[in-house]
Amino acid sequence: MGVAVPQPADPTAEGGDKPGGSVRASLLVFLGPAVLLLLVFLVYPTLYTIALAFDRGRRGEFTEFVGLRNFEQLLTQDPNFINFSTFPPSGALWNNVLWIVFYTSIVIFLGLIIAVMATRVRYESIIKTVVFLPMAIAATALAVIWIFVYAPSSKIGLLNAILGQFGVAPVSWLGDPGLVNASLIAVGVWGSVGFATVILSAAIKSISSEIIEAARVDGASEIHIFRRIIVPMVSLPISVLAITLIVNVIKLFDLIFVMTRGGPGTASRVIGFTMYQESFPGGQFGKGAAVAVIMLIILIPIMIFNVRRFRTESVT
Amino acid sequence: MTQAEAIPGPAVQHSPTTLAERIVRFANRTPIHIVLGLIGVVWLAPTVGLLVTSFRPRSDIQATGWWETFATLRFTSENYEQVLGSQGLVGAFVNTVIISVPSTLIPLTVASMAAFAFSWIKFPLRDSLFLLVVALMMVPVQVAFIPLLKLFAPVGLTQGFGGVWLAHTAFALPFGIFLLRNFFITLPRDLIEAARIDGASTFGVFRTIVVPLSVPAIAAYGIFQFLWVWNDLLMALVFVQTGTDWPLTRQIANLLSQYGTEWHLLAAGAFILMIVPLAVFFSLQRFFVQGLLAGSVK
Repeated sequence: MGVAVPQPADPTAEGGDKPGGSVRASLLVFLGPAVLLLLVFLVYPTLYTIALAFDRGRRGEFTEFVGLRNFEQLLTQDPNFINFSTFPPSGALWNNVLWIVFYTSIVIFLGLIIAVMATRVRYESIIKTVVFLPMAIAATALAVIWIFVYAPSSKIGLLNAILGQFGVAPVSWLGDPGLVNASLIAVGVWGSVGFATVILSAAIKSISSEIIEAARVDGASEIHIFRRIIVPMVSLPISVLAITLIVNVIKLFDLIFVMTRGGPGTASRVIGFTMYQESFPGGQFGKGAAVAVIMLIILIPIMIFNVRRFRTESVT
Repeated sequence: MTQAEAIPGPAVQHSPTTLAERIVRFANRTPIHIVLGLIGVVWLAPTVGLLVTSFRPRSDIQATGWWETFATLRFTSENYEQVLGSQGLVGAFVNTVIISVPSTLIPLTVASMAAFAFSWIKFPLRDSLFLLVVALMMVPVQVAFIPLLKLFAPVGLTQGFGGVWLAHTAFALPFGIFLLRNFFITLPRDLIEAARIDGASTFGVFRTIVVPLSVPAIAAYGIFQFLWVWNDLLMALVFVQTGTDWPLTRQIANLLSQYGTEWHLLAAGAFILMIVPLAVFFSLQRFFVQGLLAGSVK
C-alpha cells in the first residue's frame, strides 16, 4: 500500500546500558510519536475550535470576535437547536435528551433481560451472536436495512406489511415529525442491545452461583433473585454501560445522516448532525464550533467521572 | 412482557434423568423459549430481508414483499453486477481498504509504543499525563473538523487519503493507549526485569517480550479500530473530498440520496459494505468480545 508506518529508531542508538540518557531517548522514541500526533491533530484542534466558538468564524478563520453570541443564538433564537416555547420542547438538543433517556434505558433493560434469559438455555451463544451482529455492521448499512423495514409501501416495508395484516393503514415511520425520533431510537436500540447483552452477561456470570443457589434454597423467587441479587451486583457494569451509551448518543451522526438527513424538516436533528450541517453545507463555522463546544461541555462530566474512576482503580 | 413471564418459576438445577422430567423442565422454560425466539426473529428478519432483496430481480422487488420470495424463488446476481460495475462500488471498496489499513496499523504501532512507555518506563508526571489521555478519549471528532480542514487543505491532505489517515489515527490513540497500557501493566515484572538484566535494550524488551505476550489485547484493539474505520461515514464525509476517493459508506449514502427507492442497488450495496465486518466478526469473535469487555468493564 506504500504507507509510511512510523518505525522506531535503530534500537542500538538508544544506549540501553546507560540509565540517565537512555530513559530520555526511549521516551522520545516510544512516547514521542503519540504525543506529537495527539498535540497536533487532537489537542490543538480542540483549542482552536473552542476559540472559534467565540468568533464569527468566516471560512473557519478568526474574523470577528463575537463573545457569547453564537451560544446565545443557538440557545435562544434557533428553534432547530432547542425550542422551549412548545411542550414538549423540540430541536436537536432536545432530541439528544430523548435519545439519552429512551435509547439508554431500553438498551440496558433489554440487554439485561436477554442476558439473564440466555444463561438458562442451551442456545445461549447463538442468541447472543444474533443479537450482537448489528454491532459489527456500519451505521450506514443499519440505516439502509431499516429504511427498508420502515418503507411506506406495504409491498416493500416489513413493518407496514405486518400492520396491513391487521387492517392498519401504512404508517410513514420516517416521514412523520411526531414518529421519526421514536423510529430512529428503535434502530439505535436494535443496533446496541447486543453490546449491552455481552457486557451484562459477562457481569452476571461473574456472580458466584453459590450465592444464587443459597438464595434459592432459602426460598427466594426468581424475581427476587433478579431484583435483589443480579441487579445490585451488575450495577457497576450498568453504570459504565450507561456512560458508553450516552457518549454514543452525544456523538451520534451516521445513522441520522443516512436515514433522514435530520428530517422531515429538522425534526430528527441531533447535535452531532447540527455541527456538521451548520459548518459544512451551511458555512457557518462560528456556529458549528459553538455546537462542537456544547458537545464537549456535555461530555466533560463524563470525562471527570472516567478520570476519577480510573484514579481510584489504580490506587486499589 | 413482564418480568414474571421472563423469569418463570423456581427451577432447581439438577440434570433431568427421565423423559417426563425433561418434558416438565422444557415446559417450565417455554416462556423463555418463546421470548428468545421472538427476539431472534426481530434481530434477524431485517438483515435477512435485505439479503434476500439483494438477490431479487428489480421487477419482483417492486411487485411483492421479500417475505413472499419463497413462493417464486427467482434470484439473480444482476444487482451486484450493476452496483459493483456502473455504480462504482468496486472502486469504493478499494478506497475503503486503502483508508482502513493504514488507519489501523499506524495507531496500532504508535499506541503500543506509547502504552509501553506509560507502563514500563518511569518518567516524571507519567500518571498525570496518562489521566490526560483518559480524558482525551471523550473528545468528539466534531471538535476537530474545522481546524483540521484548515490544517490539511493548504498542503493537499484533503485530496487523497492523508487527511483521513491522520484524523483517524489521532482520534484512535487515546483509547488504544488506555486499552493497551491496562494490559501491559499486568505482564509479569520479573520477566521484564530479567530481560533488562540480560542486557536487552528498551526496544528489545518491547519487541521480544511485551508485544508477543500482548497479542490478544493488540489484536482486540486492531479489530476494533479496523471495524470502526471501515464503518465510518462522518470522517470520510469531511476529509475525503474527491469523489473517486470515496469509501463504500459515502458512496452508499450517495446512492441513497440519488436513487432513494432503487432497492435492488441499495440492498446489494449495503451487503457489500457488510461483508468484510461480518467476516472479521465471525472469524475473530473471541478477540472482539474480549476487547469489548476490557474496554468498558475494567
